[in-house]
Amino acid sequence: MRTLVSESQLKSPRGRAVYWTVFTVVAVAFTVAFVFPLLWMVLGAMKTAPELARVPPTLLPHSANVGAYVEAWDFMSLAHFFVNTVIVVLGAWLFQLAVDVPAAYALSKLKPKLGNVVLGMMLATLMLPASALLVPTYLTITDVPLLGVNLVNSPLAIWLPGAANAFNIYLLKRFFDQIPGELIEASTLDGAGPVRTMWRVVLPLSRPVLGVVSILSVVTAWKDFIWPLLVFSDPQAQTLSVALQRFAPDTPINLLLAGLVLASVPTVVVFLIFQRNILAGLTAGSVKG
Amino acid sequence: MSTAVRLPSAALGVRPTGRLRRRVRENVTAYGLLCAALLVFAGFSWYPIVRGVLLSFQQVNFVTAPTWVGLENFQKLFADPQFWQAWLNTLLFTGLALVFGFAVPFAVAVLLNELRHGKAYFRLVVYLPVMLPPVVVALLWKWFYDPGPGLFNTALHAVGLPGLSWLNSPTTAMLSLVLVSTWANMGSATLIYLAALQTIPGDLYEAAELDGAGLWRRLWHVTVPQTRFALLVMLLLQIVATMQVFTEPYIMTGGGPGDSTVTVLLLLYKYAFFYNDFGTASALSLLLFVVLGVFGLFYVRLTRRAD
Repeated sequence: MRTLVSESQLKSPRGRAVYWTVFTVVAVAFTVAFVFPLLWMVLGAMKTAPELARVPPTLLPHSANVGAYVEAWDFMSLAHFFVNTVIVVLGAWLFQLAVDVPAAYALSKLKPKLGNVVLGMMLATLMLPASALLVPTYLTITDVPLLGVNLVNSPLAIWLPGAANAFNIYLLKRFFDQIPGELIEASTLDGAGPVRTMWRVVLPLSRPVLGVVSILSVVTAWKDFIWPLLVFSDPQAQTLSVALQRFAPDTPINLLLAGLVLASVPTVVVFLIFQRNILAGLTAGSVKG
Repeated sequence: MSTAVRLPSAALGVRPTGRLRRRVRENVTAYGLLCAALLVFAGFSWYPIVRGVLLSFQQVNFVTAPTWVGLENFQKLFADPQFWQAWLNTLLFTGLALVFGFAVPFAVAVLLNELRHGKAYFRLVVYLPVMLPPVVVALLWKWFYDPGPGLFNTALHAVGLPGLSWLNSPTTAMLSLVLVSTWANMGSATLIYLAALQTIPGDLYEAAELDGAGLWRRLWHVTVPQTRFALLVMLLLQIVATMQVFTEPYIMTGGGPGDSTVTVLLLLYKYAFFYNDFGTASALSLLLFVVLGVFGLFYVRLTRRAD
């Protein structure tokens, strides 16, 4: 496809020289800027604390001390916080799907009375910056209206507000809207009710959007910091991110680095596996064309 | 239940009452499916919005019932020198973040779009930092910024430059925070621009070239106008996102040195969770909301028109 610079210009001897020079510069710059810092972190965790304090630092660790990863795991009881985080993240994901999928389906295909008003009120929350709601939502969590329970230190404090996700509903509804009405009619003629139609016809067709919503919700929940910081005041209930910043001041730097590496592994692995879906989801919501 | 209700009513000439009954049943099912969403939105989104506005004009201490205090919370904020400092710092952060975070990803995207090789690799690595938890990024960069054995001063010394104090000096602390956040977030902007660049029809460049437009003029008269929409949307989103900066200053500087990196959100956190003054914290949220709401409205109007 034709871009800013034409093929013929690139094919000329001068164009070729310029192209490969630019290419090399970009390749080196990208590797230094985005890969090297991560490599430095992984290598840093294998150095001993005295080695890390040396000026100038050593490039490669004197002895590849993989033991720091094991030691960090015990020192900060990372297993415990991994389990906490996994529970919080999986719960957030399940709650979002269980709440937002039926809602989007109802708004898209059943079009109830006042459905547009409901949708409008949901989408309006997208305009609100999340941080402007931190205080009142926190106070709501400490004393849930009607139920009168305090959800501080309970994963429900993450799950319930997280399920009120207008962006998910928007993405899902937009996808459901494109499913032809004839398929729904046919299913109805076969005697299936709306719920069964959703389960048997609409959801199997919606795997791509369900994938995008799932990955988004899992990654966002894993990365989240400020809300878990507020609602998990009990150290034992905290997620990895919150626990890591709590441990940071009193942890030997090599062990802290090992902890940082371990905390990054899940999202990086998810990214490497679902790269295409993640990048598709990135452009789906924000800008088209 | 008779099957007639489920068949298309036109085909059978179902009486209006049948159609009505079907409509009622559909509405009941629809609201059944919607009820969980309505409950969580009501409880954790709509109600807190209303409550946030009310709290701004109240004093809360959790012992006695909240009392109405009129504009007292706002007056308290305006009298707090940290309040003005926090807004200035936040504006500085947003301004600097736009200089880097707006221009750099666009330039990078334009450059990447011209490359014929290694695109998958570039796309992968530029997005890698976006996938790291922000806490990991902040703690990692805090270590990089260490004036002694830190990576950055080592690099500066290696090329014969003097080291900087980075987070330890009020003049460079904010800039250091902007650099981290740009590094961590530029991947999304870059890839969104790249997607927008790929929709530009090649004929436009062809025609511009035939008219004798050089590289820079093609960039200015074809590339920029053709990606105007994406640029504008990202500008608004970035303003809204950077004005809510919290994690980097909270972890890396705690607002210091002095008050040089206290942001609006950091101050809000302090009012709410150090002083337990939820009324004043809500007043500050309301102000932040009003400021960001303006940009939010722009964004909605912009995307509406595009649809």
